[in-house]
Amino acid sequence: MQTLLFGDIATLASEMVIALAAMALLMIGVFRGDRSTRLVAWLSVLTLAAALALLLDGGDSTTIALRGMFVADPFALFAKVVVLLGSAFAIVLSMAYIEREGMARFEYPVLILFATLGMMMMVSANNLMALYLGVELQSLALYVVAALRRDSLRSTEAGLKYFVLGALSSGMLLYGCSLIYGFTGTTSFESLSALFLDRGAQPSLGLLIGLVFLISGLAFKVSAVPFHMWAPDVYEGAPTPVTAFFAVAPKVAAMALFLRAVIAPFIELVGQWQQIIVFIAIASMLLGAFAAIHQTNIKRLMAYSSIGHMGYALVGLAAGTPEGVRGVLVYLAIYAAMNVGAFALILTMRQKGGMVEGISDLAGLSRTHPFRAGFFAIFMFSLAGIPPLAGFFAKFYVFIAAVNAGLYALAVIGVLASVVGAYYYLRIVKIMYFDAPTEPFVRPIGGEMTVIVGLTGAFTLLYVFYPAPLIAAAQTAAQALFR
Amino acid sequence: MSGWPLLSLVTFLPLVGVVFILLIKGDKEAADRNARYTALWATLFTFVISIGLWASFDSSTAEFQFVERLPWIADGVAYHLGIDGISLLFVILTTFLMPICVVASWEAIDTRVREYMIALLVMETMMIGVFCALDFVLFYLFFEGGLIPMFLIIGVWGGAQRIYSTFKFFLYTLVGSVLLLVAVIYLYVETGTTDVPALMKAGLPSEVQRWLWLAFLASFAVKVPMWPVHTWLPDAHVEAPTAGSVILAGVLLKMGGYGFLRFSIPMLPDASVYFAPLIFSLSVVAIIYTSLVALMQEDMKKLIAYASVAHMGFVTLGTFTFTQQGIEGGLFQMLSHGLISGALFLSVGVVYDRLHTREISRYGGLVHRMPMYAFVFMVFTLANAGLPGTSGFVGEFLSLVGVFQISSWVALLATTGIILGAAYSLWLYRRVVFGPLTKSDLKTMLDLSPREIAIFAPLVATIVFFGVYPDALLGAMHASVENLILQHQAALAQVRTAALLTY
Repeated sequence: MQTLLFGDIATLASEMVIALAAMALLMIGVFRGDRSTRLVAWLSVLTLAAALALLLDGGDSTTIALRGMFVADPFALFAKVVVLLGSAFAIVLSMAYIEREGMARFEYPVLILFATLGMMMMVSANNLMALYLGVELQSLALYVVAALRRDSLRSTEAGLKYFVLGALSSGMLLYGCSLIYGFTGTTSFESLSALFLDRGAQPSLGLLIGLVFLISGLAFKVSAVPFHMWAPDVYEGAPTPVTAFFAVAPKVAAMALFLRAVIAPFIELVGQWQQIIVFIAIASMLLGAFAAIHQTNIKRLMAYSSIGHMGYALVGLAAGTPEGVRGVLVYLAIYAAMNVGAFALILTMRQKGGMVEGISDLAGLSRTHPFRAGFFAIFMFSLAGIPPLAGFFAKFYVFIAAVNAGLYALAVIGVLASVVGAYYYLRIVKIMYFDAPTEPFVRPIGGEMTVIVGLTGAFTLLYVFYPAPLIAAAQTAAQALFR
Repeated sequence: MSGWPLLSLVTFLPLVGVVFILLIKGDKEAADRNARYTALWATLFTFVISIGLWASFDSSTAEFQFVERLPWIADGVAYHLGIDGISLLFVILTTFLMPICVVASWEAIDTRVREYMIALLVMETMMIGVFCALDFVLFYLFFEGGLIPMFLIIGVWGGAQRIYSTFKFFLYTLVGSVLLLVAVIYLYVETGTTDVPALMKAGLPSEVQRWLWLAFLASFAVKVPMWPVHTWLPDAHVEAPTAGSVILAGVLLKMGGYGFLRFSIPMLPDASVYFAPLIFSLSVVAIIYTSLVALMQEDMKKLIAYASVAHMGFVTLGTFTFTQQGIEGGLFQMLSHGLISGALFLSVGVVYDRLHTREISRYGGLVHRMPMYAFVFMVFTLANAGLPGTSGFVGEFLSLVGVFQISSWVALLATTGIILGAAYSLWLYRRVVFGPLTKSDLKTMLDLSPREIAIFAPLVATIVFFGVYPDALLGAMHASVENLILQHQAALAQVRTAALLTY
């Protein structure tokens, strides 16, 4: 028993670091008040970096801990790396903003740490119970973060909306889990998968209903159509750095959980859930493309963009093969980099009168701020999936998987939707490059912004030259899911 | 053969120019001047190296030469470059036109010069890459990547309707290309490689070939452009700045024809034969219909744009005859059209820079004030009409020879296009250059400046030289075309036998 416990600690090292640090930082914040926000924020980033180091140091072997609840495998490792980076960048991005906009509360970085902890538990879940706990830990922290700006009507509205709809989806998730448990007698992913492997044949109707509820709940968390309604409102209402955080780490974690929860236990039932995923993917891609066209608010536009991108990621899942999972993972990593960069630039959209969010405020950016415009254009073309930028490869890999699985219609609809999507990304480029300048933005954007934009921009632009390592890592990760 | 990766050098040298332009500091005046010179030197160096390619190219073999191969994405998707007699000349065409484009933009572009030159140089890399790539994914990368700089060139430095035109250009091309992407992915999944030489030997079942062929067509037909998906071209041409039009007409359109020759015919031989009548019909419609449309244009650039569609009709006709003359004619026509249409757009640019209008009726009697201009414009117009002794004649003639061997009816209809071509070219010339010089603002127009002479001299020289001595080009492509046809016939025989065996 003793050795088992120590073994668990080693496996859970990075999670423990985050949990303990989050509590310690909470204490610092409580005793020192909001003055300490900057300190707490940097310490949070440090914590995430430490967690990342521990994670990478741990290697990519597969270990099961907490009596089968928790699994550390290459798949979890891959997702956690992206999540940790996403969270760390989100904290760095928000520092200047929260101080300037009077939002400097020490709870903010601490809440992000708790949410990140929840995400790490999610991607390592090996059991329906662990899955639910991870999701809830993450979601509860996110609800609060969305409403962090207590005196802003929009922010509180966003938080409340997110909470109510999120609670509904958690309910569906839990209902699905309980149905699955009721009809199979187990919550462990391994026993579930063994069950279908043995029986091979028909699952019961109740189990299928449970599976549908499970998928619905997860689709809500990744904001896939038809469970996407919350995303535009929350993206728009939440303070911009919070939106930047929402768009990356939670999406990545939720999608990784989606992959694991559908594939690890139910891969033998691929014929049962494939059509649901295909439908969700098509609906998300199309809605993301068409609904974004008429948006005037950049954050709302990014919300629809992310709905569309989740649709593309789901194309990989729909294939139900290691190749597909590999595609999704590559997609998530590239998506995360592009969104961090794009949101960093959105955060620099500040005129003399304060922050602005209208797409038309970008008019003539290429003349007032050529470098910002250049990077923004790179991110937009990349999000549109135009080669040779990274966003193209993201789509390329998932479509390879889809075609290999014989889902030709899905692939064709997907690429056509990407043409529609290209239209609204191009519209932003058009506004920046072809329209006459309006009021310029405030000039110095801060060192940390420059670094983040530079890093993500370089990744997006130069990924084409050295794509192999990311694919290899995703390949290893994907195979772990199909053990 | 040296150990230098010559093709990569030619492909990416313009990007080195981009880096230098990005490093330029200083006030606007100096920065603009430096940007212009950097771009000029970058394009000139690229041209010189590409001439070196031609010099050391062995035209007696159909093998791919200067091959470079590095691991890239995965097994089967490699960084694979190489050229044969078909692609070599397109590389030269591109590198030849680019310095001319830079010089043509010397004074015409005075806003955001640095960005403009960067866009031009990135464009050059993409275009050369398209013709050098021997991996389908790599090809696709360059093929699509060229959309970004072109989108900006038209959108930022274009005319009044530029935004509509550039969106139309981008989205039209993208729709076609994404279907090509699905086809590429399918090929990859089926054969495990996207290596072009390997795919040429793949021997796919004919049912599959037809679907893939249609997906290829979606992309290449938009690019060529073939009737009825040509409508983006007149818009894009009219709104683009002069250099943009030259690149569009000179090189971008050739990517479609090149795509047919490099991918559709060798990889999908059976489907190419199956769909050849479709290509013939579309080409004949294109030749006759767009020639008639060209006759009625009020705008000089629009007229040339429609004429381009008609001329590209000869390319697709010749290509799908699968005869030596037809394919060589198509290739020659593409190269010659690259020079001639580029030259015509530059000629329009000259008068546009002076009068800021492209309306034909605003001109007339230019010969009195601009004799030198009248001369070069005449050479280009006659070449456009396919006068023997200019390069325009050789391409059309060879394509028609090829077509006659297949169907004399198609050839008969296509030949009317030559008559119509002469009609709209000469009529344009008459209305612009001849007639009385009555309009007052025309009376102060100056003849060609030394800079403009420097642009036109090489174009006149090459158009006449290749018209008189076409073997300079034909010799380089001969072995490759012969091999293409042999492979094509062998592949056809193979598919036919396989089909017979299944019955």
